[in-house]
Amino acid sequence: MKLKTLISALASVLLIGSQVAHADKWGDQFPHIAATGDIPGMCSYESMSQKDYSGRTLTINTHAIPVMGEPTALHAEQFEKLTGAKVEVTHTPAGDLYSKAMVPFQAGQAPYDIVFGFSNFINDWKRYLAPVPQEYVDQMDGVSASHKAIASWDGVMYQYPVDGDRHYLKYRKDVIDNPEMQAKYKADTGKELKVPTTWKEYGEMASYFNGWDWDGDGELEYGSAEVMKKDDLMYAAFYSRSVAYAKNESTPGGFFFDLETMEPLINNPGFVEALTDWVDAVNYVPPGGINFGLGDEINSFGGGQTLFSFSWDDAFVAAMQPDSPIANQVGAAQLPGAEKVWNRGMGAWEARYNQAPFFVWGWAVGVAGKSENKDVAFDYLCFFANGANHQADIGIGRFGVNPFMEEDFKADVWTQIGWDSDIAQSYVDTLADMEKSTNRVFPLRVPGTFEFNSALATGTAKALAGQLSPQEALDEVYAEWVSILDRVGADNVRDAYAVGVKMEDNEL
Amino acid sequence: MNFKHKYVFLLPGLIVLIGILIFPIIFTVRLSLSGWNSFNPGLDFIGLKNYIRLFTDDPRFWQSFFRLSFLAITTVFLQYIIGFALAHMVWKDIKFKRFFRVLFLIPMMTTPVIMTVIWRTFFHESLGPLNDFLSIFGVQPPWLSSPGLAKVSIIVVEVWQWTSFMFLLMLAGLLSLPKEPFLAAAVDGASPFKKFIYVTFPLMAPISIGAIIIRLIEASKIMDTVFVLTSGGPGTSTETSSFFIFIKGLREFQMGYAATASFTYLIIMIISLTIIVKVLTKVLMRE
Repeated sequence: MKLKTLISALASVLLIGSQVAHADKWGDQFPHIAATGDIPGMCSYESMSQKDYSGRTLTINTHAIPVMGEPTALHAEQFEKLTGAKVEVTHTPAGDLYSKAMVPFQAGQAPYDIVFGFSNFINDWKRYLAPVPQEYVDQMDGVSASHKAIASWDGVMYQYPVDGDRHYLKYRKDVIDNPEMQAKYKADTGKELKVPTTWKEYGEMASYFNGWDWDGDGELEYGSAEVMKKDDLMYAAFYSRSVAYAKNESTPGGFFFDLETMEPLINNPGFVEALTDWVDAVNYVPPGGINFGLGDEINSFGGGQTLFSFSWDDAFVAAMQPDSPIANQVGAAQLPGAEKVWNRGMGAWEARYNQAPFFVWGWAVGVAGKSENKDVAFDYLCFFANGANHQADIGIGRFGVNPFMEEDFKADVWTQIGWDSDIAQSYVDTLADMEKSTNRVFPLRVPGTFEFNSALATGTAKALAGQLSPQEALDEVYAEWVSILDRVGADNVRDAYAVGVKMEDNEL
Repeated sequence: MNFKHKYVFLLPGLIVLIGILIFPIIFTVRLSLSGWNSFNPGLDFIGLKNYIRLFTDDPRFWQSFFRLSFLAITTVFLQYIIGFALAHMVWKDIKFKRFFRVLFLIPMMTTPVIMTVIWRTFFHESLGPLNDFLSIFGVQPPWLSSPGLAKVSIIVVEVWQWTSFMFLLMLAGLLSLPKEPFLAAAVDGASPFKKFIYVTFPLMAPISIGAIIIRLIEASKIMDTVFVLTSGGPGTSTETSSFFIFIKGLREFQMGYAATASFTYLIIMIISLTIIVKVLTKVLMRE
């Protein structure tokens, strides 16, 4: 028995030693993972180096550089060196990712082995994607169960988990927590300067800190950076502002539609109130802010131009990078809430505080069902998301790779890359609290998702531009949604929407 | 030659014509009668449903069409005036004539998308050089954030890019004019203004009509400038017909409906341009 124990202990030491040796070796060869070295696993650098894909060509359609496009290209280059495969990467603007895959998909072709897109494409894309083989699913130990569920449909995983996204509030800690600023704000407005818990407070503070040099860097600063550009994910920004007013736990059965009747809820007073707030926000975004896409928002907040921002992690992580002018001067918190929430059952406002997290899920990637290189493709994706790459990627804001593994929700991961411990803690607490919330909203994942979101973007963009009032704009969106339901089939939409509603109503 | 042989020789051209012109049009018409979208890919038959929707329930299409008409007419009018003026200037014996002739052609030789990206940077409201300069005078216009100014920005870019083309055609026209009418006008003691009104302009009328029509056809397809500069925004204030069709077809994947809009747009353009040619001929070529 003792001998057995000794042998197994010796074997463990040797095994660990060999892993460390690999880590050093690969870390030296690939500076991207220098901090961690290789992390053993089915898709580690060591494992991939033992594959030989010489003479095979992998084609990938991904987003434009940098967000998701840069890590795709970087890992493609690494994958080529390790396996001998040739990887051709095509970069496509966000708005065209859907059609660039759908056009050949519908024509029965597969010009790309791997297609990147957004998680909410799953319903339209799943019939053209190859299911993720079980051996790859089995090795996803660190991926949270909810994230695996998101990447799957009817229990089959179609999207390989590479990113996990939520919308939350980012703020300038050096201003909000600054006693001098607090005193000045109090003196000028009679109100407390603190992390805003309602959108009204957000608007008041953003307006106050708009258009003057409050950080003394010689440049003007502004209130808020938001994604307001039509067709550039602005619909997600609007949903983030809407959940506080329109997601009511006491009226389960749908946030976007009434699941029973499939009546769109998009023009109810809750959404209208959110859009009214958003129209006001045009006054406290930087000049040209009404045309900000996601990249602009990341650069604006990450570059220290605004007091607030809310959307994906990217802007926060960018702000925390060592080269950022505001490194360790930012804080994370839940999306603001509201002092009232619309109760569609009663047809009236409920005067109580309401807050709801919005899970946006974000980037997703799949392998074309008709690809002739599925083996190489899944190995590439597995390599993309391996432990070493993932840890390096999540620390680079512009990469757009955000936490989705259980390990990511520990503060240590972030303090190791230079974050102050209180900021790291507030960040992981914010993410973790969203997971715990029972009043969450998940994005639409129904047939025709793109049509619904495009109609919403058009309507809200008209309101932001002053072409229509918030009520008129959302009435127009409502009419368009009814028309889409008619074309796609209300029952088809209901079947798919029911899955999301069950998650929102905490039944899954 | 045998009568049938003629047709054999015509056949390659005919096949190419059918392949690249007739077939796509017929396919577009067929597609326009289907409900092809992301959920139902395929050529099902839904009759005139898409056309009824377009004509009775889609003000956005018609708004984008009227916006396009405004942008096309305004830009081509400005291009014609400026292009003609510049051509007239370098037609005469002035210093550095050759230099100016090449200089005025440069915008046309640049790539529209790349130049629009540069213009977008130029118009950028917080980082762009234009507002940086204007801030000296205390103004910072929202070039791309205001519905009105966004249209002005598009007009500026289009006029800058394509005035060269108008300049080239007008200069070629001026250089080909006979000298006799000008000599006769000089003998009669006509002033430069009268020479222009009564000799140059009437002689240039056929070329002007051709140039205006060519530019109107091109301008009616404005897409790259809108896509890069404003993405149709703010709101839908700079959305043109091509951009609308692009959104419906390739963003929302309503292929059937986008085909309906495309075919309808094609018919409208054929009718409109035919009328415009008739009107221009009547106005500019009256004796």
